[in-house]
Amino acid sequence: MTDFLAMGGYGAYVWSSYAIFVVALLIDFLAPRLRRQRVITDLGGRLKRQRKRQEKSA
Amino acid sequence: MNTLTLWFHQFGSPPIFHRVTARLSPWLYASATLIGFIGLYGGLVLAPADYQQSDAYRIIFVHVPCAWMSLFAYFFMAINAFIALVWRIKISEILAMASAPIGAVFTAITLATGSIWGKPMWGTWWTWDARLTSELVLLFLYVGVIGLYNAIEDRRQAARAAAFLALVGIVNVPIVHFSVTWWNTLHQGSTVRLLGPSRIDSSMLWPLLLLALATHVWFFASVFARARVSLLELESGKDWARSAVLGPGAAHD
Repeated sequence: MTDFLAMGGYGAYVWSSYAIFVVALLIDFLAPRLRRQRVITDLGGRLKRQRKRQEKSA
Repeated sequence: MNTLTLWFHQFGSPPIFHRVTARLSPWLYASATLIGFIGLYGGLVLAPADYQQSDAYRIIFVHVPCAWMSLFAYFFMAINAFIALVWRIKISEILAMASAPIGAVFTAITLATGSIWGKPMWGTWWTWDARLTSELVLLFLYVGVIGLYNAIEDRRQAARAAAFLALVGIVNVPIVHFSVTWWNTLHQGSTVRLLGPSRIDSSMLWPLLLLALATHVWFFASVFARARVSLLELESGKDWARSAVLGPGAAHD
């Protein structure tokens, strides 16, 4: 196991590369989800306000 | 119209695109992750150490697939930008703009891992040679497209302006690809070749190809996820978007 982690002395280089890969893709996975949440909250609020205004004027 | 053309036309309709990608998305993410883990296991555990670079060469399994993706994403963006400019198809505008941040992520990974690989093997983090510089220009092009798209208020005008930039920038893609043959560079030439035998042992090749497949599938999962949000935002006044946000039945009242 220690041999595996050491990567023939290049452990720091190899593992940091793989960490960058995984973290970057994780961010890529989360980014559209967070934006979707924000868009839905915004849109939901706007639609509710719209409906209230319509009820008042009716 | 034959079935394929019909399907393609339907896929261009925002509500259908939104619905189909919702069903597709989890499968794409799941299969990309699964294939990716098999590839990573093959690359990190099963593949033997290199006779010259020892275990440092294992960076290839993330570096090369991401480098391929940085070009593939640009190609995908440019094709959609072309369709968006010529035929004004809304989905194409959105797909082009959705692929820019993903391409930028893959380009950034390529540059970062390449730099980390360069330090122990070449003795330097960075050098201004043709391959490295053209890949850096690719990152700047992605950043330029994203910046231009966000700088203009009107979403559709913004998409067209950024699509034009994306289309002009395609000239850089063959430069990146052929830089190692056109100029003398520190970077090695292509190891995996479509034409002719690859210069890599099969025990190292299959994890590399699996990771390439995984990143391609990941790209489509991500591009669809981003396109769905943009579509919802762009079409927020339409009935389908309302019922997508508030649930069915809320559209007409």
